[in-house]
Amino acid sequence: MGKVKQKDLILYSGLIILGLAAPYLFSAFKVQLTYLCVLIVLAMTWNLQGGEMGYNSFGNILFYGLGMYLTASVQVGMFFPLAEWTESGGEKTFVHTTAQYFQGIGVGLLVAAIVPTIVAGAIGYAILGLRGHYFAICTLGLGIAAGEIAGGIEIIGAGQGFTTPPFPAEIVDPEARGQFFYFLSFLVLVLAFVFVKYIYGSRFRLILNAIRDNEDKAEAMGIQTMKYKIVGWMCSAFFCGLAGGIMGGLIGYIDSTDVAFDGREMGVFMVLMAILGGKGTLWGPIIGATLFHFFKEGLWTFILGWQYVALGVLIVVIVVYFPEGLMGWLREKYPDKFGEVIDEKDRKAQVELK
Amino acid sequence: MDLLIFQAPILMVQASLDGILLGILFALIAYGMALQWGVMNIINIAQGDLVILGGYIAYTMYLVGIHPAWGVIVSPIIMYFVGWALYKLVINKVVDRDLFISILATFGIAIVFQQLMNFVFGADVVVAQSEYGTTMLFDNSVTLPNSKIFAAFISVIYAIGLVIYMKKSRLGRAIRATAQNARAAKILGVDTEKVYAATFGINAALCGVAGALISITLTLHPYVGLPYTVRSFMIVIVAGLGNLPAVAISGMGLGLFEEFADYILGTEFRIGAVFMLLVFILVYRRFKLSKKREYLK
Repeated sequence: MGKVKQKDLILYSGLIILGLAAPYLFSAFKVQLTYLCVLIVLAMTWNLQGGEMGYNSFGNILFYGLGMYLTASVQVGMFFPLAEWTESGGEKTFVHTTAQYFQGIGVGLLVAAIVPTIVAGAIGYAILGLRGHYFAICTLGLGIAAGEIAGGIEIIGAGQGFTTPPFPAEIVDPEARGQFFYFLSFLVLVLAFVFVKYIYGSRFRLILNAIRDNEDKAEAMGIQTMKYKIVGWMCSAFFCGLAGGIMGGLIGYIDSTDVAFDGREMGVFMVLMAILGGKGTLWGPIIGATLFHFFKEGLWTFILGWQYVALGVLIVVIVVYFPEGLMGWLREKYPDKFGEVIDEKDRKAQVELK
Repeated sequence: MDLLIFQAPILMVQASLDGILLGILFALIAYGMALQWGVMNIINIAQGDLVILGGYIAYTMYLVGIHPAWGVIVSPIIMYFVGWALYKLVINKVVDRDLFISILATFGIAIVFQQLMNFVFGADVVVAQSEYGTTMLFDNSVTLPNSKIFAAFISVIYAIGLVIYMKKSRLGRAIRATAQNARAAKILGVDTEKVYAATFGINAALCGVAGALISITLTLHPYVGLPYTVRSFMIVIVAGLGNLPAVAISGMGLGLFEEFADYILGTEFRIGAVFMLLVFILVYRRFKLSKKREYLK
């Protein structure tokens, strides 16, 4: 990767300052901004294996949901009996103190990041041996199966859902909850960006691209493709789990199929956002997620009830007419300018590969 | 084991009969999927939603006072045109593309269909009463709704009819030619565009029949389409494309699996079990093929 260029430095510091100032500038939209951060993280990490590795997964929602349930379970289970908590449903018999709440969510997020990563590693060998559409359908099945199974397990609330611990009542500042979750998600976003950016400058990314372009040849060249595929998927799982944990705390209520393993919303969103922005680019998923979020929040309220119809039509239009996404379209239109915006070395390397 | 099914072995007979009759219905849907997969090389995630739409057509007939069994004739006719329109609008643009694009595009179509059905027919679970009564077997210990027998019977008739049609008719021959080699068929004067539209229409019509049968045997709900898609996908990958006896047998096998899973794991895990079976089948085949250094294509 080398040194960070001056221009990039200005861009990044500008974005970070904007990110830090955002909850104060747009204090009414803190929840929306948190959503945006989470969406960007999901799109960016989906892109890592969907766009770079060419393994289009519908099942990253599995890690997201897993992270969500794990965070909440750990947060409750550390201090109180979990079964009684979920059984009492909305009626709170136990109250977290401030310290307990933050300890719980901290440990919970840690678990939510690690366990999905391990799960991805464990099932990776079996699942990633499937290619193309078989992988897509298999992961779709995994995501939905997880939702159905979680909906039948009593200790995590089964069909009636799981209320996550409410934000400690001792903190009276009404802004505090929104700010806490925003900065948490922003931190994860920065982490994810730095990580993905690092991967974009590394040999690992070239290997992933080799797998995408021709897996058999990559294997023939002596690359242990399975190992890299699993690592690539584990990277996605790590951030999906974290994102899920944050969303669980933010929403405050976990339902097995409508919130956690929400293949109809989040599961599709992350694929759609990455494609909208442009698969296989660093900035594509970020731009795609931002555009998508603005579109969604702007239109959802005007077309109440019709939002899923609009979503379905949007999917069809994007997939059929813009499969290369915004960045792909720009790249075709202004190849010269594009080379300067994106890391020159990466582009050259890509051209050479082609 | 204190499970009910092991205490009362007669339930096994019940589950087996239910499963086989249900499996024939699944096989009909799977046959449609195999047809369009083989001919057009697309995977249609909206398959299950076409089934449910077909079911709602029969249910609408039931609401206006016509016997829902007539749906097995009316529904495929309407669904043929729905399928044809769908092809002209969206599918023709994804036929020659990457399979992932067809998966995602049809996923979008599925969402639109679900939501539109939710608007028109409401989010309640509905069923069209056929009032065919039930058959009691084995000293009244096994109950078999006549509607299920009727459904299996109609499915078999339609499947056989379609096989004969594909073998004998001009369009059937054109469809088979296109499936073998689209380019060669085009050179020899087959209008492949028409063939594709007809194939998708026939697939939708089969879904319509299956949906009408489901409306009288099982229940309808706008959001239960996806399990039907996955079931038919599973049957197709087990049986292979264009092997009708295998499709029928693996359909029945799936039906049996589901009924037994229902008794053993509990009804709340039924759909979960179907999806897990999909994962297991794919992983099993993957390991089997990887011994020969191959992978699922």
